[in-house]
Amino acid sequence: MKTMQTNVVTPDGSVFSGETEMVSVKTQEGELGILPRHLPLVTPLTIGAIRIKKDSKVQLIAVSGGFMEVRPDEVNILAESAELPSNIDITRARAAKERAERRLAEARKENVDFKRAELALKRAINRLEVSENRM
Amino acid sequence: MASLKEIKTRISSTKKTKQITKAMEMVSAAKLNKAQNRAESFQPYTDKIREVVTSIAAGTEGVSHPMLEDRPEIKKTGYIVITSDRGLCGAYNSGLLRETMRLINKRHSSPDEYGIVVIGRVGRDFFKKRNMPIYQEITGLPDQPEYTDIKSIAATTVEMFEDELFDEVYLHYNHFVSAISQVVTEAKLLPLTDLGEEVENTEDSGESSEPVGNLDYIYEPDAGTILEQLLPHYAESLIFGALLDGKASEFGARMSAMRSATDNADNMIDDLTLSYNRARQAAITQEINEIVGGAAAQS
Repeated sequence: MKTMQTNVVTPDGSVFSGETEMVSVKTQEGELGILPRHLPLVTPLTIGAIRIKKDSKVQLIAVSGGFMEVRPDEVNILAESAELPSNIDITRARAAKERAERRLAEARKENVDFKRAELALKRAINRLEVSENRM
Repeated sequence: MASLKEIKTRISSTKKTKQITKAMEMVSAAKLNKAQNRAESFQPYTDKIREVVTSIAAGTEGVSHPMLEDRPEIKKTGYIVITSDRGLCGAYNSGLLRETMRLINKRHSSPDEYGIVVIGRVGRDFFKKRNMPIYQEITGLPDQPEYTDIKSIAATTVEMFEDELFDEVYLHYNHFVSAISQVVTEAKLLPLTDLGEEVENTEDSGESSEPVGNLDYIYEPDAGTILEQLLPHYAESLIFGALLDGKASEFGARMSAMRSATDNADNMIDDLTLSYNRARQAAITQEINEIVGGAAAQS
């Protein structure tokens, strides 16, 4: 089966690198699956999980924002943060979720804080979901 | 000549100082190693973003963004100055701050024309003492900073540019050349006018960041939107890159400062030991003289 080189890079270093059969991401327009020999493409990502299919196994990675660059034989995902399920700190994500929820409840009036808390909540939920899917 | 006891105390205290400087030298060497690795693992990220931004900016016609264009009138200039939190690192901070002061004094006549974003305690105290306009400050960064540590300060600075509070932004930091050589560097951060030439600033990335042909990208949703999202990211990552570079320089500078301190202590111990031996010899000679003199007087 044809494969493509896939790299997931963050400012703190590379998270994933290897030959894969399919990459599925969540963009701002919706879910997007990339197979080898895709046309060159650039698109921003939202907070969500990336699914990477390799040797018929699916690897999940939680990303917070960033963007993806696709070439016929190469996929590069640049994210502000990206974590493999095994690297997610579940207690921290739970705490972040609770904190964000509390803040959301309090800060309904102020728009700035509201948005921030909403993003924090999304990130926390995303991390928790990805880490739970591991089992 | 100082008394024997005095010299002895000085020798032992110098020895203790030497132990400390020696330890600090080794700690800095280890940290330098780590910082260099960090800077290396970060490099692909900036390279990739730059590559995509350049190819969008070059390949798509009619795409422009405020962050890519020079402003006709420069009302206010922002300076991001990266210093260390602690001293004992030779000329690391003083050289940088002197250069910053020189440039600011040359370019601006009043404090209304510039603003400072400062990283590191030494720089903050320096500018505070001189009553210079500090817009943002961050101190107490860990030795191996993470992107999230400076994300907010970087994002706010980029926003200040977007909101036209600053019309241009410069980065001042020590560029790491080798463990014994750091160069005070000024880099223009915003507007991003020199995307193409940017590559030459980071010599080691020369080969890897070579754009592979000019691919015809599809942009989802469109090129303008992507630029809008990507450029702030790029600017932020440049700030982070400078910080990592500065951290590596800091440890390099501290390492060589501590090495010369250790060497100095060695020399001092040698000198002191010499004068200690002389003083001891003199004391013995005197004692013999006294005995001989006493014996001669009795006979």
